[in-house]
Amino acid sequence: MMADPVGVLTGPHYMDGDVACGEGAIAAGCRFVAGYPITPSTEVVERISHRFPRVGGTFIQMEDELASMAAVVGSSWTGTKSMTVTSGPGFSLMMENIGLAAMMETPCVVVNVQRAGPSTGLPTMVGQADVMQARWGSHGDYEIIALSPESPQEAFDLMIDAFNLAELYRVPTIFLMDECVGHMTEKVMIRPAEQIEIEPRRLTKLPPDDFMPYKVNDHPVPEFARVGDGYRFHATGLTHDERGYPAMTVAAQEEHVFRLSDKIRAQADDIVRFEEEGVEDADVVVVSYGITARVARASIDLARDQGLKVGSLRLVVVWPFPENRIRELAGSVRGIVVPEINLGQIVLEVERCAAGNTRVVGVPHAGGAVHDPATIAAAIVEVAR
Amino acid sequence: MTIEIRPDYAETVEHPVSPYLRMDRIPHVWCPGCGIGTVVRCYASALERSGLDLDKVAVVSGIGCSGRAAGYLKLDGFHTTHGRAIPFATGLELGRPELTVTVISGDGDLIGIGGNHFIHAARRNLDMLVILINNFIYGMTGGQNGPTTPLDAISSTMPFGNFEIPFNMPHLAASSGAPYVARWTSLHTRRLTWSIEDALERTGFRFIEVVAPCPVLYLRLNKLGQGIDRMRYYHDNAEIRNGADPSEADIDFQGRILCGVFVDKPRPTYRELMQAHYREVLGDEYVPMPSEGGMIHGE
Amino acid sequence: MEFWRTPLDADRVREPRADVYVLEDRCKGCEFCVEYCPRDVLAMAEHFNSKGYHPPMVVKTGECLNCNMCEAICPDYAIFTVKLPEALPATALQIAGVSRSSSS
Repeated sequence: MMADPVGVLTGPHYMDGDVACGEGAIAAGCRFVAGYPITPSTEVVERISHRFPRVGGTFIQMEDELASMAAVVGSSWTGTKSMTVTSGPGFSLMMENIGLAAMMETPCVVVNVQRAGPSTGLPTMVGQADVMQARWGSHGDYEIIALSPESPQEAFDLMIDAFNLAELYRVPTIFLMDECVGHMTEKVMIRPAEQIEIEPRRLTKLPPDDFMPYKVNDHPVPEFARVGDGYRFHATGLTHDERGYPAMTVAAQEEHVFRLSDKIRAQADDIVRFEEEGVEDADVVVVSYGITARVARASIDLARDQGLKVGSLRLVVVWPFPENRIRELAGSVRGIVVPEINLGQIVLEVERCAAGNTRVVGVPHAGGAVHDPATIAAAIVEVAR
Repeated sequence: MTIEIRPDYAETVEHPVSPYLRMDRIPHVWCPGCGIGTVVRCYASALERSGLDLDKVAVVSGIGCSGRAAGYLKLDGFHTTHGRAIPFATGLELGRPELTVTVISGDGDLIGIGGNHFIHAARRNLDMLVILINNFIYGMTGGQNGPTTPLDAISSTMPFGNFEIPFNMPHLAASSGAPYVARWTSLHTRRLTWSIEDALERTGFRFIEVVAPCPVLYLRLNKLGQGIDRMRYYHDNAEIRNGADPSEADIDFQGRILCGVFVDKPRPTYRELMQAHYREVLGDEYVPMPSEGGMIHGE
Repeated sequence: MEFWRTPLDADRVREPRADVYVLEDRCKGCEFCVEYCPRDVLAMAEHFNSKGYHPPMVVKTGECLNCNMCEAICPDYAIFTVKLPEALPATALQIAGVSRSSSS
């Protein structure tokens, strides 16, 4: 279905990533936001608090991030597209309820505008060190989807994709922005509502007596029943069976946890998304995401000026990780360079998938600023040797 | 079955609470003499008397013995994370305003780990009925001290006696702004049922504390007998004083339990305040979320 | 109850009567129903249910007044009453013969 025009500010804008992210949420049909202020994400909820009263949304600033995430999970069960916004310290607080969303299979979006950590860290300065936390932050085995924009334009466009993916796969979807993109002001072109395709909530058509909230048929994701539509279902964070009732047995655990994981893993090929440039005959490929991808372009230009054949693979969907493509590339290139504003997180995934078939070199950065392009270029040159 | 039955009655007669419970999950997990089952029955009875559309009633529980209550009620129900039943319920009631949302959970869940959410929800006057089943202990995890455990009581983490002053829940709820505050025990079945029914007719953050026995942990650790002994204690020590000052409602170990409806002063709910305010400030530009909720429907 | 004379509305007001249903296998032997029946209609049985608890049983047949206290207070939904359509008429003879409830 198409976006509701009442929420779409069609036209060219000059806005920062945070604001664009908020606009993307509204365009995607988000109508409930529970948040808590935290630098550098606060502008997202400030924008939403400004816009929601005119588009029929409800924004509530909760007392802490734990309440924010719990309220988002609750609101999503009413069928309302819901989202919360935070940064590192708040992301840590939200982990338990992200796990609840994953367990109950609740579609929702969590925006993490990453800043340098750990702990209070550098609140106003960039980091990309929450990437692994987005994937593994809550306890237990579960899968999420995470996206990473590289510009305010993408902060708008990918938010719509984030909400759509959350609806399709009924997972909490993490929007891994970083402070640079969040606070960068650029041109954002918002297309007309008729050109914005959004996924509606997949409501069941079965009558209440035939419906089981966690029964899957041919589609690996169960159909949804809204609170208040007469289905009288039960949803719990305990391991449960198809009826939603607690079923604390080894058999139920195996069936349930594998299904939750396979929802994403078995369909990873449909979900992964990356942008490649110049990899066809490359000797070295640079794998990057977020703001670092833009810095890497400058580095790649520097390396190409020295006559090297360098390609770039920019992760748009960070989780699930494009394992198959990395395995493929590892067979044909001399090396992969992975710059990130952390001490090496996605590089571990690249190493794992490359499985020793090619050299993998990370270019870490403790945080607070973007890389100097020369540093990444030096790594490319070193690997190409 | 022991049935005193007249021959002209039907073969199978069901317990009157059956339409409101998930009978495929009965018998429940609660211990012999535990009061939670009684509270759930009183809630079901109040729902029946209230005439509410049960399809629009949602119940949210946290973690703990009392937190299992949502799982046995035949309503849209949620068994959420520890202490977060109230913010989860906030999402439900703001996301689909026409819902009637009830939170049923225990003392540790609602005012221990959930304490922050409790006071803010009361302050904001969010629209939900909160039934706090107070057995003075963390039951599910084996009998640890909680924020309502009376002074000197023994628990598994205070084996030499509790030296922390407990919360006076009606006082806390009233001073946080709850418009309806009541306390009963699980012995006062009729008054509790009527109180829940009255609360369901009202709006805002309505709070009912129900003091109930925990025979296997609180009573056993403190050598207070069985559930029936606890009921006799309630019978002899509960003092019903509607309109009493909630600051007098402290419960000492084996002391008086002040019961009654302490506060019944309606005030505008969060949503009413929000909508009135935006209407005033934004006029015709204000688009409130419809009461059917914020779900965008496909074509 | 014993009355010293026949109540003036004895021909119009009839005490309700009810059948008591005990779902024995749900009972966990807490004794709340026995304790709080205002007419002492119930007592704990000698036999066990399938879980090893003594369920309640009716020991005063025909004297349940349908006050519903047992049903209200049972935490296990194991006992309930069903009001009988015809209540026993209260005649002077029967009033004198009905025993006083001993405790409350």
